Amino acid sequence: MSVGKSGSIRDKVAIVGVGCCKFGENWHQSPEDMIVEAAYEAYADAGIDNPQQQIDAVFCGSVYPSRGTAEVAESLKLFDRPVSLVQNYCATGTDAFRYGVAAVASGMHDTVLVVGYDKPKDRGVSGPSIHMNTARGLPMTPAGWFSLCCARYFETYGAGREDLARIAVKNHHNGTLAPKSMLKKEITVDDVMNARMISWPFTLYDCAAQSDGASVAVITRSDLAKNFRSDPVYVKGVSIALSANPQSDPTFDFLAWKPTIAAAKDVYQQAGITDPMKQIHLAQVHDCFTMTELLTYEDLGFIEKGSARDHIKSGTFALDGELPVNTDGGLKTFGHPTGATGVRMIYENVLQLQGRAGERQVKGATMALSHNLGGAPQTCGLAILGIE
Amino acid sequence: MSDQPVGIVAYGSYIPPTRLPLAMIHGGRAKEGGPQKAVAGFDEDALTMAVAAAIDCLAGVDRGAVDGVYFATTTSPFREKQAATFIARALDLRSDISSIDFTGTLRAAAAALQAAVHAVQADPGKTILVIAADARIAAPRSPLEMNLGDAAAAFLVGSGKVLAVIGEAYAHIDELYDVWRSEHDDYLRAWEDRFNVMHGYTDNILAACRGLFAKAGTDAAAYSKAVLGGPDARSIADAGRKLGFAHDKLQDTLFGKVGNCGAAFTPLLLVSALESALPGDKLLTAFHGDGVEVLVIEVVASGFTPQQTIAWYLARGRSLRSYDSYLKSRHLDRGEHDRRGGEGVPATIHFRERDADINFHAQRCTQCGTMHFPATRVCYGCYAKDQFENVRLSDRQGKVLSYSFDYFFPSPEPPVIVGMCEVDNGARVYVQMTDATTDQLRCDLPVEFVFRKSTTRVTNPTISGKADRLPQALPARRWQHERW
Repeated sequence: MSVGKSGSIRDKVAIVGVGCCKFGENWHQSPEDMIVEAAYEAYADAGIDNPQQQIDAVFCGSVYPSRGTAEVAESLKLFDRPVSLVQNYCATGTDAFRYGVAAVASGMHDTVLVVGYDKPKDRGVSGPSIHMNTARGLPMTPAGWFSLCCARYFETYGAGREDLARIAVKNHHNGTLAPKSMLKKEITVDDVMNARMISWPFTLYDCAAQSDGASVAVITRSDLAKNFRSDPVYVKGVSIALSANPQSDPTFDFLAWKPTIAAAKDVYQQAGITDPMKQIHLAQVHDCFTMTELLTYEDLGFIEKGSARDHIKSGTFALDGELPVNTDGGLKTFGHPTGATGVRMIYENVLQLQGRAGERQVKGATMALSHNLGGAPQTCGLAILGIE
Repeated sequence: MSDQPVGIVAYGSYIPPTRLPLAMIHGGRAKEGGPQKAVAGFDEDALTMAVAAAIDCLAGVDRGAVDGVYFATTTSPFREKQAATFIARALDLRSDISSIDFTGTLRAAAAALQAAVHAVQADPGKTILVIAADARIAAPRSPLEMNLGDAAAAFLVGSGKVLAVIGEAYAHIDELYDVWRSEHDDYLRAWEDRFNVMHGYTDNILAACRGLFAKAGTDAAAYSKAVLGGPDARSIADAGRKLGFAHDKLQDTLFGKVGNCGAAFTPLLLVSALESALPGDKLLTAFHGDGVEVLVIEVVASGFTPQQTIAWYLARGRSLRSYDSYLKSRHLDRGEHDRRGGEGVPATIHFRERDADINFHAQRCTQCGTMHFPATRVCYGCYAKDQFENVRLSDRQGKVLSYSFDYFFPSPEPPVIVGMCEVDNGARVYVQMTDATTDQLRCDLPVEFVFRKSTTRVTNPTISGKADRLPQALPARRWQHERW
């Protein structure tokens, strides 16, 4: 069965400007403050001096919007044009980007603003809120959902908590090099192992933080891109796949996330990727929990199923490794304002491809991937960008 | 009317696995083998214990053959709403049956048993399930708390091939305040101990038993055993002696192991007596509360073995770590978990999901056999729409596919152990696990399912702001793993 096959949008759309506010517990900032900070950085990056004339449509991604589309339109005073809100769990940012890309590729709009943002810290909780709105009385915590693969994976492939801890250590290190990350603190494997348990086997340091943030991308038709800047980044592929809920899927094996596998198949086809380990030079993947990143190495086909443990030990995915993953410190150090995350990853990949990533620059990178995984988890968003 | 004998055709019991060593109540250290009491866990109450005892009783019984549920308790989770109906659904019984809560008095089970006998006498084909369960709360560290325990017992009453005939009965009812709980009392109240024993208990049990002796033309010698309920071990022993029973003719009252389990006290002792009784034994069975009622139980057959014996339940006890953990589990201290977020389960969702949550039904696709839990409309396996039949999971075995321990989710006994379990018919259920410790968990571990209380509550749409103060804890919706 061939499903979800996308027509090729490769190289039809380019990113000409990106912006990102500093992520964190932004008590001092409203959503408007963060959206304006990120959008005006992106405008400057794209050389846009009259956004009211130059932006044709806006696609917003937010999971906890207080006022929906108006929140963005009023913040940026972008009126009398299409403004839409996209939601797709933790893949919200990537899906808002996908809508924007499709709108440009179809010829409907020339230049589109993609705005990912969320402000969970206005909800008064330090972690995710806890709901028991179904009768089966299960912990509705993301850590509880994402940890469910660990026991079975550990028993099958011999990995363990230390392997997860090394992922957290790597991402914390990378985060110290990213100006806009929230946590700038080196940690050790022992720190992770000895921290407070949240949902076995995840301690506090295995979990992404909660933060506020906004990130913005300006995209346009490829033939117009050089009017904005000389080194545009091209969209090679973008995909979303939604799979069965692992909690009710009768065939789920607790060793891999199905939506990542499905979305990867589609996006690789769009981008012409046949050997992801070689053709992709860096990746931002969804490390809401360390185990998510571990499984994603395998589910994206970077390495063989079950071999993540060896690659973590040998540093394959470290900043100086064969395929650096989460070069900016990932959700681990940026936190996860849900709608912003996918766009924040695109921000990092654009900087890396344009050689603007400072101390954390991956040399010679021309193809970069970003990945979100959300829900129980059920939905995966992928975007592949290239400079050539 | 028929002259077929009417009585007990099957029985079962339930004693929760949690034990509170009595020494802990006053800050002492628990000694190995020291006196203790059985207490309902944080996810248990009278209703869930009733379900557990009934399942024990109904092993091998066609659930479709049960014509009534009579539930005796003083601690129903509801002031208005019938617990027997809830129990019937959890047991997956028919809906054209009679259901009655017998409540308000500790001797409620005597009335329930006699009502069941009368119903079967009136319509001899019938079988009635009589269940008694109680989980009473005394003020922390009060003398009463030392004596109380929690448990449940169940009897299937029918005619024809009975194990024991429920025979002669005599009642001596009496109005006084010895132990009581009024509309707005959180804890049981009790008058002075000597008054309670003398007038509340001894006067009444002597009057009831002597009344029965006179009515039946018997004395203590006519009975092989006296199964006497009462407030404490010493008062019961005194009453037995005054009635003429030698010490070895008194049924062990399980103080120091279980405690006085209220409306389930005499029923639990009766189960214990039946487990070792022989055909021809006559049991003088006394139910105490607002007076005393006495029933004569005449054992006519042997060979019935309950699924779990009282001895089995007693042997599997697990001591609480501290008195504090007991207080938390019974919501007797205001811990952090009381402030948890969420508004609970809307009554409409409870209503729609009863088949899954209370009957514990999965759906089997009639086209391809794929099992689904909870219910869905389109099959995961073959995409057929609405081609399902319900299959009960509650009496099946399963195994753990994967699991985790959630320390973040508020619970009186963290962590919450969550397990993705596969039932032996292929259904998968994502459930909280109970009576388990983290070091026991591994993939492929065998599990069973038990009916337990959920820690959430039903929302009341009209006064949701006051939800905390309403007696609407929704019990008993988790079908969880238990016995190892």
